[in-house]
Amino acid sequence: MSFENTFNNYDWDTLEKEIYTYTTENVRQVLDKEKINLEDFKVLISPAAKPFLEEMAQRSHTITKKRFGNTIQMYVPMYLSNECQNICTYCGFSMTNKIPRKTLKDNELLQEVAFLKAKGYDHILLVTGEANKTVGVSYIKHAIEIIREHFSNISIEVQPLDQEEYEQLIDAGLYAVLVYQETYHKATYKIHHPKGKKSNFDYRLDTPDRLGKAGIHKIGIGALFGLEDWRVDSFYTALHLKYLQKTYWKTKYSISFPRLRPHQGDVQPKVEMTDADLVQLICAYRLLDEDVELSMSTRESEHFRNNIIKLGITSISAESKTNPGGYSVEPESLEQFEISDERSTAEIKEMIQSQGYEVLWKDWERNFTVKL
Amino acid sequence: MNDILKIANKQFGSRLFTGTGKFSSNTLMSEALIASESELITVALKRVDVDNNQDEMLKSILRPSVNLLPNTSGVRNAKEAIFAAQLAREALETNWIKLEIHPDPKYLLPDPIETLKAAEELVKLGFVVMPYIHADPVLCKRLEDVGAQCVMPLGAPIGSNKGIKTVDFLEIIIEQSNVPVIVDAGIGSPSHAAYAMELGADAVLVNTAIAVSQNPVQMAKAFKMAVEAGRIAFNAKLASVKKYAEASSPLTAFLK
Repeated sequence: MSFENTFNNYDWDTLEKEIYTYTTENVRQVLDKEKINLEDFKVLISPAAKPFLEEMAQRSHTITKKRFGNTIQMYVPMYLSNECQNICTYCGFSMTNKIPRKTLKDNELLQEVAFLKAKGYDHILLVTGEANKTVGVSYIKHAIEIIREHFSNISIEVQPLDQEEYEQLIDAGLYAVLVYQETYHKATYKIHHPKGKKSNFDYRLDTPDRLGKAGIHKIGIGALFGLEDWRVDSFYTALHLKYLQKTYWKTKYSISFPRLRPHQGDVQPKVEMTDADLVQLICAYRLLDEDVELSMSTRESEHFRNNIIKLGITSISAESKTNPGGYSVEPESLEQFEISDERSTAEIKEMIQSQGYEVLWKDWERNFTVKL
Repeated sequence: MNDILKIANKQFGSRLFTGTGKFSSNTLMSEALIASESELITVALKRVDVDNNQDEMLKSILRPSVNLLPNTSGVRNAKEAIFAAQLAREALETNWIKLEIHPDPKYLLPDPIETLKAAEELVKLGFVVMPYIHADPVLCKRLEDVGAQCVMPLGAPIGSNKGIKTVDFLEIIIEQSNVPVIVDAGIGSPSHAAYAMELGADAVLVNTAIAVSQNPVQMAKAFKMAVEAGRIAFNAKLASVKKYAEASSPLTAFLK
């Protein structure tokens, strides 16, 4: 049993048609309900729900506040390597891009750690490309082992791994894994991932199942907006979430909303997702699920990030660098994509506090994950 | 009247226990906690930087009248809970522990089996164990049997603000218990807290309803007063509720 069985019960085109034919009446009915289910979620992400955005936002704000309080969790990504054997048409690290490749050595890694610790970070996200020979499980495990005394909470966003490999990393102190499907449209997925291990759609789709079986604390899922229609991709993401919650009930979940950013490469977004669309989606997720963590990266603009704090988001990054060594080792090297909000960590902290929210740096005890 | 609550070796003048999550700032939290006059304040070990004796959050809580109650929020089984309790004892220098084992991160519902196991072990290790559990009368007796110094049944799912939904079971627990009964979780308004106290709960624990209120300081004060009112009412013995109205034309008069 895996998500594939559930996934195969749905047809992309049928879903798309449904989502685009809902009426104002349908939306009103859904918003009058107390509990929102997956069918209702479809209505809330439809174009028909646009006029109800303010109402959805108010409700999302209230629910989020009840569950998460007046707090926003801070995290920061740290890129360990840009080596990659995949071709992803939209990514700056894609194998065919002629860029200098770099993988951080221990001393460089620790230099970056010192830089981020000085900023106050205690929850870190380690990121790599997919180069299994040089940046395989043993490299990632080693990285976790040398940084774990410095951070309370360690997440990774790396190539999908086998269950047994995840178990090794969990034993080393890993808390969460983020793995985005990019798109749930199988044919489009093939077009954007023509080569490398990542071209295997099904293996990627079942990654959260392997994580759940390995007993991870948290799984982050999402789609990369721009490859396909965001509404249908988001329905599949929600479907995935609900399946995972029922199957691996001891695991926490988070959702991210990456919109395609300019990068070294030539694919530009096929389907546009406006700011209003993204707000609609964030609120719809919150109405569907009171407890799922919703994460906002520096891909988004200052203006957008300032205003999204109250709308349902629970964690946020700041000052991110998307190149290995980008903080202190090699600040000038090429980034995976350009970030949009370049404000300092201190500025983001101030922005959050000025809206009446406490910034959380530590919300985990490393001794719960690292059993020494 | 001397109405002091005693748990293990400590005495409490206030029957309102409070939590420290979800506040918009440490300053506001500190003010609200002072207004609540709470003497037992719980803090999640995972939120505290145990290596840093200048931890901002701890500094905002600690006052001479306050007892710190570390909780094990985040652990998923008995083994992790025992480990966390030991860590908390070492770091925060207290053998009091609020035992919370909720393997389900969605509704944060307590695992009764793991909780009982951990409570038994922690009591042996010398802890004052305050277990967060379902309003399950049998489980409460089992916890009492293994030496838990109180029980903390829930009124409704944590953070839900729904009030005392488990009233029928709480009444049984209160009736049967030899240890203090503290209603934890679900209390969303001062009237809920007063109601729990009227039922005979020994204390209540409130967090979300204060922290997320528009005015946490005023809300803390309101809870303090409600808990006091509920307790006084309980001690004064409430007039019994009449189940049926008295019929105007008696049905058995013909027997006379």
